[in-house]
Amino acid sequence: MSAAAAPTPVAAKNNTGRFVGVMAAIVSVCWLIPVLIIAVSAFSPRDVVSAWPKALIPTEFSLSTMTFFFNVTGVWKATLNSLAVAAMTMVFALALGAPAGYALARFDFKGQNLYRVMIIMTRAFPLAILALPLVTRFIAIGLYDTLLGVALVHTALALPFAILVSSSLFMGIPRELEEAGWTLGCSRLGAFLRIVMPLALPGLAAAMIFSFVISWNEVFAASVLTLNNRTLTAFLFASLEESPLHFRFAGGFFLVVPSLIFIFVVRKYLFAMWGIANR
Amino acid sequence: MNHNPRLPYLLVAPSVAFLVLLFLWPLAETVLMAFVTPQGAGTTEYLRKMAGDLNFALALRNTLILVAIIVPLQVCIALGLAMMLQKVERGRMTHLYIWTIPLGISDLAAGIVWLAILTDRGYLNSVLNLLGVLDGPTAWLSIRTPIALFLCVIVAEIWRATAIVLVILVAGVQLIPKEYNEAAEVFGAGAWQRFFKITLPLLKPSLQSALILRTVLAFEVFAVVYALAGRDLPVLVGEAYNWQAQYQNTHVASAYALFILLVSIGSTLFYLRALRVRRETLS
Repeated sequence: MSAAAAPTPVAAKNNTGRFVGVMAAIVSVCWLIPVLIIAVSAFSPRDVVSAWPKALIPTEFSLSTMTFFFNVTGVWKATLNSLAVAAMTMVFALALGAPAGYALARFDFKGQNLYRVMIIMTRAFPLAILALPLVTRFIAIGLYDTLLGVALVHTALALPFAILVSSSLFMGIPRELEEAGWTLGCSRLGAFLRIVMPLALPGLAAAMIFSFVISWNEVFAASVLTLNNRTLTAFLFASLEESPLHFRFAGGFFLVVPSLIFIFVVRKYLFAMWGIANR
Repeated sequence: MNHNPRLPYLLVAPSVAFLVLLFLWPLAETVLMAFVTPQGAGTTEYLRKMAGDLNFALALRNTLILVAIIVPLQVCIALGLAMMLQKVERGRMTHLYIWTIPLGISDLAAGIVWLAILTDRGYLNSVLNLLGVLDGPTAWLSIRTPIALFLCVIVAEIWRATAIVLVILVAGVQLIPKEYNEAAEVFGAGAWQRFFKITLPLLKPSLQSALILRTVLAFEVFAVVYALAGRDLPVLVGEAYNWQAQYQNTHVASAYALFILLVSIGSTLFYLRALRVRRETLS
């Protein structure tokens, strides 16, 4: 009798499994459709944008919209600016964040808790908005409308994240490995560079990529702090009202591309990083 | 073991100095800007100017409506997706990758993406036309159709920003020992019972951080709205931007910033109290 009863729950489990699989697939398709549509819009000729009704399956492929986008004065410069700001943010966030993360992971020191609270507190604040009072000061010290100025504010956005992530990374590397290095004649710095760094590198790289994405995507601070040296988001945002639709679609698509690649590269670290960083 | 007792302080010092300069100082500066005239006299003029502005009440109302609808919806959707992920047998990583793609997409880009779908000659209307619901191009993104306009912004925000909640919750679910669920199953608890009695209470710390993070970010909603609705749907951060960039009045802009800061801190404190996490439930 038990043998006859046994298959039913297993079959039920298989059924829910299949049902959930189908549901997940539907969600995934819905999630991807917007990305597909912006790609199609960016690679359609200009007249398709205003066509009515639109063909649901694209028939024409054209690079003209994207070429038009890149030929607009200022787009290339803004793109290079965005890359430069994001690269600076990435370096600053790591240079400031990794040592602090190491200190949090390896030492017990007075004020440690206060420091932790300050970092976690930053999350309760809309940091980008703090760029507003900085405008006046930045004008006074010559940082207004410079890439460095924007990068500094973006670093403030990325730094708390970099500190928490690197501290959890270093915590995951056994202290004993390092201590073995010391007994075998490595200096503290030597042991760090030869033993800890290689192990932490992939995770640190993922954290750097995130800092890059935070900066590449930021709109408000970049718009407020620049005038002529616009980053790409600030440039697109400022020209939103007067630019034609196909220009906006091309710009939107171009903004989306790096994130597709970046999220794919760091997908393994996504949960480890956010999970621990948010505890 | 510490070779040099000063070493941790040396390691932490640069980041402290940086955060003081670019976090604490601008914070204090925001308050000063909002309350002090360039001549150094204290004033509530800027606050009154902000509160008396025609768009202020409207922006506040719109922002609150958006936050009140978007955040709870996102938490429910993310919870559902996280639970689904537990049960999915094949392609788990692929689904995860796809669901987290918007994590890396800026609010401006997300707004433009949805503009391509929702604009009057966009794909949504083309599909509706194909289904015979619509005859011609119809504008949804205008103040004349406020409900449709709100819906459009909400859909775009849900697509863009649910991923962050999802990632935090999935990481939280992974920390719950499987034995708890198995034990409950042995004692005859159904799937719903297990969800409400075990998973949800143990997820509280993750839910709390997800809610805090997401609500603070939701009060910052700005570029999505601007890309979709232009000036038809004023929101708080958008007004702060206008006072800064259009009317060149940093003081009133700072008053807005201060107001947004206070609302954010208020919501954070609310979550900290409402979802109090006892020490022992933390793993």
